[in-house]
This record gives sequence, C-alpha cells and structure tokens, in this order.
Amino acid sequence: MQTIIFYTVALSLLLLSLIKDREKTRLSLIKAWKSFENILPSMLGMITSIALILTLLSPTVISSIIGSSSGWWGTLAAALVGSITLIPAFVAFPMAAMLLESGAGYMQLSAFVSTLTMVGVITMPLETKFFGKKFTALRNALAFALSFLVAFVISKVVH
Amino acid sequence: MKRIKAYLLFLISAALIALLFLFDRPTGTRAAVTTLTSLKEMLLILPPVFILLGLLDVWVPRETMVRFMGEGSGLKGGLLAFLLGSAAAGPLYVVFPIAAAFMRKGATFANILILIGAWSTTKIPMILFELSSMGLRFGLTRLALNIPVILIITLVMSRAFSKEEVSALYARVEELD
Repeated sequence: MQTIIFYTVALSLLLLSLIKDREKTRLSLIKAWKSFENILPSMLGMITSIALILTLLSPTVISSIIGSSSGWWGTLAAALVGSITLIPAFVAFPMAAMLLESGAGYMQLSAFVSTLTMVGVITMPLETKFFGKKFTALRNALAFALSFLVAFVISKVVH
Repeated sequence: MKRIKAYLLFLISAALIALLFLFDRPTGTRAAVTTLTSLKEMLLILPPVFILLGLLDVWVPRETMVRFMGEGSGLKGGLLAFLLGSAAAGPLYVVFPIAAAFMRKGATFANILILIGAWSTTKIPMILFELSSMGLRFGLTRLALNIPVILIITLVMSRAFSKEEVSALYARVEELD
C-alpha cells in the first residue's frame, strides 16, 4: 500500500519533471542511479549477512536467552542481539511477536526491538562512510543506552 | 580492488550461506530464501526513494531547503524533519544517503538528527506493525517514549559536536556526491 503511494508520487513527479525539462530530468536520474550504486554493495552485504544471522538465531534460540524471568541480564542480551544489525520493521515486528509467543519478556523484547531499529554494528561502516566515526559511535551508543530506559518503563507499564 | 572490498561482506555472507547449504540443506535453504525475500523487498522500496532524491537534487534550490529546514527554520523545521522521517519507508540505512542529500542542500545538523531519529523509531507503518503484533499498551508506551528519545539524542549530539566538527561533517558529505 505504502509502496504504491511512493511509486505514484515518484513517477508523477518524474513525469512532471520530464514535461518541464528533459535535460534536468536526465541529470536527476543519473544522480539517482549514482547514489543507488553508491550504497548497493553495502546493502547487498547487509541483506545477506542479516539473512544468515536471522536464520541461525531462530526464535527458539533467542527466546531461551530472553525469557520473561531473565531480568536485566536477559535485557542486556536482548539489546546486544538487537544491536548486531539494523533491520526493517516488517521483519522486526513479526519476529518480536513470535518471540513473545515463545516466552520472551516484554522488557527484554522492548530492548530488542529498540536496538534492532536504532543500533546496527553491521551497518556502521556504511554510516561511517556518510557521517564519520564520531557521529556513528555516538549515535549508536546513545540509542543503545536509551533502549534500556525505554525497556525499564515498558517493564513497569506492560505486564 | 576497492570494488572487491566494497562487496566483501556480501561475498563472505554468500559463501557462508553456500557452505551452510552444503552441510545443512534445510537451514541453508532458509537463509537463501530469507536473503531473496529481503532483497526483493528492498528492490521494491528503493527505486522511488532514489528517484525522489535525484529530483530533489536537481529541482529543489538550496534556498528552499534552507527556508524549510535550515538555520532559522526553528520549530517548523524540526517538525517537518520529524514528519518526513515518520512518513518514510525502508530500514534505517536508507536514510543515510537521504540525510546526506538534505545536508548538501543546507538542512541544519539538528534537523538531520531529528530526521534520522524519526526514521528509526516513529515511522507510521512501523507503529502500525508494532501495535498489531505487540499490543496497544506496548506500542503506545514505546511511541510515547521514543519521541523524547529522539530529542535527547538530537540534543546530546548537537552539544557534542563543535561548530568546526559540524562544518567538517558537511564538507565530508559534500565530497560524497
């Protein structure tokens, strides 16, 4: 659904651009291709390594580490596993739901989901390429630390 | 050589999946299927994102971006960055080239941080996913907390980077083009 909206918007704007100025449109497509090419190798690497990790870390393996009685250590373990990589929400949440069913706790899952979406060790080289070491290290460290704060509140609110 | 280095992670992971396939066929197959599914998903999401980026680069003058998200755009600029990040699609690493393009056009450092933060945690499709798979209480609590989390990260990082460091960062992004 969202994809359809994005395609409609992008293609209509592209058409509009083509009507207004062919040369500029050509230039914009070249730029689009160049920035795509720029992140293609890292993206292929991330997709493949993420798939490999997700396959090896089955829900049973993960939920045995982050069960609802695993406390802060389980939360730490969940945050660490979540930090390995950044994954899109359409993969993260079905996975979290599966983990919940197989006995993971809410506090642990909160840390897991937060770091999954905000902290990525595998994606660090790409982030560094764009924004440098300090930015990447600080952003990931802050997100990692704050994930625990969120997890703590979740543990008080959701039972 | 540089080309090969760029593909190193891909080559290693692909080799590991191939090995896995040889020794443990079902697990190897699952890894390969997951790779292809995510690849398909990404290839579906990316074309419009990059077409829009290209159009932004060519059509939107620097002054426009500065007016909306640059120095002096104030609260409105921050809100716009937040809404743009929240409406987007794709995993966090897709935002890196987008943020870089915005920086080249003159968006402020703080607004870039808000954009990245919103992209990572308050994306609308992601919230819908979360509410349906984790329950209302869990999803809404995390949403309510993630907004201050984005602001804290933005504030701390704005403080941690000196004016010179921010300028260096903008110069670096300029060179990436």
